[in-house]
Amino acid sequence: MVHKYKFRDTNFVIDGNSGAIHIVDDISYDILDCLDGNFFDYTENYIVKKLADKYSKEKIKEAYGEIFKIYESGKLFSSDTHENLATEENLNSPVKALCLNVAHDCNMQCKYCFASKGDFGCGRELMSLETAKKAIDFVVQNSGSIRNLEIDFFGGEPLMNFEVVKEAVKYARSLEKEYDKNFRFTITTNGILLDDDKIDFINKEMFDIVLSLDGRREINDKYRVTRGGVGTYDVVVPRFQKLVAKRGNKNYYVRGTYAKDNIKFSDDVLHIYDLGFKHISMEPALCGDKFESSITEECLDEVLKEQENLCNKLIDMNLSGRDVDFFNFSIDINEGPCILKRLKGCGCGNDYVAVTPNGDIYSCHQVVGEEKFKMGNINSGTFDKKRKKPFLNTTIYHKEKCRECWAKFYCSGGCTAKNYFNCGSIMDPYDLACRMQKKKIECAVAYQFYINQNY
Amino acid sequence: MEHIKTINKADFKKSITGTGCGECQVSCQTASKVDNTVINQKCEKSKK
Ligand code: SF4
Ligand code: SF4
Ligand code: SF4
Repeated sequence: MVHKYKFRDTNFVIDGNSGAIHIVDDISYDILDCLDGNFFDYTENYIVKKLADKYSKEKIKEAYGEIFKIYESGKLFSSDTHENLATEENLNSPVKALCLNVAHDCNMQCKYCFASKGDFGCGRELMSLETAKKAIDFVVQNSGSIRNLEIDFFGGEPLMNFEVVKEAVKYARSLEKEYDKNFRFTITTNGILLDDDKIDFINKEMFDIVLSLDGRREINDKYRVTRGGVGTYDVVVPRFQKLVAKRGNKNYYVRGTYAKDNIKFSDDVLHIYDLGFKHISMEPALCGDKFESSITEECLDEVLKEQENLCNKLIDMNLSGRDVDFFNFSIDINEGPCILKRLKGCGCGNDYVAVTPNGDIYSCHQVVGEEKFKMGNINSGTFDKKRKKPFLNTTIYHKEKCRECWAKFYCSGGCTAKNYFNCGSIMDPYDLACRMQKKKIECAVAYQFYINQNY
Repeated sequence: MEHIKTINKADFKKSITGTGCGECQVSCQTASKVDNTVINQKCEKSKK
């Protein structure tokens, strides 16, 4: 599957099946246009005739010859040979990552919150230490020979139950040696309750942190408000700055959400950078009817343009020595994840599950409260492995649209939860998300090309 | 070549084709939490 596009003055060609990326001149770009993705449907003579007005016969033949050579080397119009990997045996993974919803409660009331103000529509509740410990036992017991286990403290707002976070970390650490496991903790927080003690604990124990902030004060304070409706920018920014100043080289991301009325999110990314944060991520509010300013079809063109705009700005910043790391464009075009990881998808309901305060196990944090995605309960010791099956079958080969998509090995089939909520089925890719995802991949590839211009 | 320049070394056909070892971070344990970000993950095996 060959995909081509222009970014700045460069013609990019991605050979989706092999992962090879080429930059080509205009004549080759036009030839590829004529070939329309099917190398053997058209002869060289046909191309020469078709482009006769624009280029000389010699030049066309020369470029065509190069295209043929690249094809022969397996890096253009290559075939997809990985489907045989998508067997149940290969796809079925031990459970090795938990989203631990330690607090179904929140001290904020962000207007786009998918968790219905923190409680997922299930009533406010904090996880007990006992449940947290059992969840940790669960992942130790179900992770097979995988050594790196992941626990994300999530909510609601996890700092509202920080004692349990601390004790759970302590407990997990106490098991590492005996079971030969290495725990990696992460936490996602709105920052309101961050104080020195929490900052020190988090910086010591957490492998990665996600700090929620939408950007400029007026943007952030429109949706990221307290329960009383007050903006939170002035409270959280100094706390985040303090945390990051003390964090050294460890990972973190300041993560924002953009909505219909602040599509100029590149300004917010730059604002976050100016606040002193180097690692930034930004995602669209794709909440369908649940949120009035959700990104929809009507604003898609503007969003796609803004993705490009941001990409351009970040390229210029990096080239001028301002080191910025934007998560969504951070890909490794030379290696990256192995092919099996790419074709499997996000791992929800398979190697990753979410656990609620009362111990219910769901296939992922986004579907908490949806009865049909419940897989068991930590406290009652139930986990129905049969329920994994539908999620195993969400690979790019199981979804018709993904099979035919040039981006499949970069996208891995999209977000299963989004597909379900927007299309009614975990098997139907959400078109709006697909189009944004493809633009993101185009930008990420161009970004990597420009900032590593030593080719 | 004059017309085409390959800018990366990726070759999925030669990449680790066996069972993914599962040691790297899962997609939604990182910065997104709302989108599939497999491509943004780092392979543990290739870490120097
Ligand atoms: S660590 Fe590398 S080989 Fe193992 S699953 Fe992740 S991407 Fe694949
Ligand atoms: S989810 Fe959409 S963009 Fe992703 S591989 Fe499937 S069809 Fe392509
Ligand atoms: S379904 Fe979506 S939100 Fe859930 S783990 Fe997968 S990518 Fe993340």
